[in-house]
Amino acid sequence: MTTPFSTLFLRTLNKGVLPYLLILVHIALGSALVYTAPRSNLAFLVLISSLFTLYALKADNRFKLIAGAILALLIIPVIGVRNIFYLEVIFQISVFAALALGLNIVVGFAGLLDLGYVAFYAVGAYLWAFFGSQQYYVLPFAPGTQPSDLPFLLPGDAFYLFLFLAIIVAALTGILLGLPVLRLRGDYLAIVTLGFGEVIRVLANNLDKPLNFTNGPQGITPIQRPTMPDWAVQGFNDLFGPLIGHTVSPADMYNLYFYLLALLVIIVIIFVTRRLDDSKIGRAWTAVREDETAAIAMGVPLVRMKLAAFAVGASFAGVMGVLLAASRTFISPESFSFMQSIGVLSMVILGGSGSIAGVILGAAVVTILNLQVLQGFSLYLSELRQSEAIIPIINFAWRDLSTQLDPAKYQRLLFGLILILMMIFRPAGLIPAKRRKRKLADDQPAAE
Amino acid sequence: MALLETINLVKSFGGLTAVNRVNFQLEAGRIVSIIGPNGAGKTTLFNTLTGIYQPDQGQINFNGSSLVGLRPDQIAARGMARTFQNIRLFGEMTVIENILVGMHAHLKQSPLQALLRLPAFRREERESEHKAVELMHYVGLSGVGNELAKNLPYGAQRRLEIARALAADPLLLLLDEPAAGMNPQETEEVTHLFRHIRDHKGITILLIEHDMRVVMNISEQICVMDYGEKIAEGTPAEIRANTRVIEAYLGRGAVAGQHEEQR
Repeated sequence: MTTPFSTLFLRTLNKGVLPYLLILVHIALGSALVYTAPRSNLAFLVLISSLFTLYALKADNRFKLIAGAILALLIIPVIGVRNIFYLEVIFQISVFAALALGLNIVVGFAGLLDLGYVAFYAVGAYLWAFFGSQQYYVLPFAPGTQPSDLPFLLPGDAFYLFLFLAIIVAALTGILLGLPVLRLRGDYLAIVTLGFGEVIRVLANNLDKPLNFTNGPQGITPIQRPTMPDWAVQGFNDLFGPLIGHTVSPADMYNLYFYLLALLVIIVIIFVTRRLDDSKIGRAWTAVREDETAAIAMGVPLVRMKLAAFAVGASFAGVMGVLLAASRTFISPESFSFMQSIGVLSMVILGGSGSIAGVILGAAVVTILNLQVLQGFSLYLSELRQSEAIIPIINFAWRDLSTQLDPAKYQRLLFGLILILMMIFRPAGLIPAKRRKRKLADDQPAAE
Repeated sequence: MALLETINLVKSFGGLTAVNRVNFQLEAGRIVSIIGPNGAGKTTLFNTLTGIYQPDQGQINFNGSSLVGLRPDQIAARGMARTFQNIRLFGEMTVIENILVGMHAHLKQSPLQALLRLPAFRREERESEHKAVELMHYVGLSGVGNELAKNLPYGAQRRLEIARALAADPLLLLLDEPAAGMNPQETEEVTHLFRHIRDHKGITILLIEHDMRVVMNISEQICVMDYGEKIAEGTPAEIRANTRVIEAYLGRGAVAGQHEEQR
């Protein structure tokens, strides 16, 4: 539910050319700020939030598309390679946005509470980690005892094939999990999926014996990246070199490359999600969420639809897993803990369960909060601690502040608070899900 | 041959036998009511017929084949649609979408078609949307296609449930207390609607109802249940005269109803 104030506010902004101007000004301001102050968190926030302005204001769709493309394909790459940390933040937002979109199908559309969602992410990641590294030849060796001159099983370019394979493998895992548990409802389902998530993590932790599949808690490294042609690096430097101010190393180019790949995956995911949502499958999912008994009595095959939701959601996570393994060149079971599942779930709930734009915003807000705001705040406090500054009135010297007071450590506390406040004041999320309004030519409203 | 037939149907929960050896036949094209005091097993009978419960014993034959062991969605696909005693709409979906879910089993679109928006998919969506609007108008709702179902007033929700059930193109429509909570005028309108559904769509109707005016007015045959058993069956006139029924259920209210009709 939108509050009257925000509706009113948006209405005043959505007049004539004003939205176009505002969008352009926001993007330009953000770019300029980041360009002049490449280390400032605030400048980056201004730039990133222009994506939201782009979404929220009313403008021609073609204009939005072009503005979005310029932002995503030109501005972000340039400022990203100038300060590689930004690119990392954006990459993480993309990864989590994709995960949140996948979980959104399961939780938001079909209403099946899944507390072990990262398991599918792990399946994708370990899939490429195994086939895209030396792990196949490490099989007979205990962790840490393998010789150092082992070859790679597959060439790095097999990565692209595995992006597609991951869809199938993760979807099958989803179905495999789904078959026995989907008779359960609500809390029971949540508990079983939680267990499944833990099983996958524990497997990853312990499958280093009798055959060393996962290398245990140490994780698998190095994992190959797809080869990047020389002309791509050269061409990028020729084109953007003057803007960036220094030549970009191939390593940084990889970050850029994975960002673009993640972007591509997200676009595909959004496309698939929207199309499915607007078909009989999507309607069946929502019907199952709203009332299982009524849905099945209306002829919706419950188990098949739930399996479909699990499979589609899982496949998104699987693809992102492959991407993560390749971009990090290292994975370990630690990345797939229960807290990660909860993190993705809170993005979905914070953003707006069932709403595509909502869960992307949720992913962005949570990631930025984690990586930038809290860490920035921690940094600021530690600077204050080293200074001579004193809080007036109460006469408190900053240097006496306990080092235990570290905002970055309070991430979960803050999350909990935010979620509680959201549930009280905006239970449908930041951008609540809306049903599509159909143009019903033959249904004239009686009075409106 | 009867459209629906139950033979010695039994459904019990623990020690309670909610449906006890019910033999019942329903001819195609009729409007039949099931009445009985609260807890007589009427809704349990519905739930057993539609596959939400599996019978403990007995047979259910529908349109020439047995329904025992089938899932509710399979039974729905064979032409049995229902409404619920306590309205069960998909609240967060629009009115049109609710009706479209009712068509689920009939839509031929595949996920691939939906992803690629192939012409066949678009045509089917357009046609089903058109049909949904027609159904909406048929049950007496107009201009609310894009409203969320939960925002409709009570009477409209009841009508929407009927439209959703009709969307499945059923042979048999099961209505569980369709007039509950309606005022006399609304009751009259839906009674008229039921008759129209039978007369013009050729759909057989089996309804549970407590409102005796509706029951006596619309039914061609009435089946009375008490403590899980069928205690009487017959035309409204026969049921009114049946002493066992009067004792078990109708009491003095029936006499009053009779007077009202005679006037």
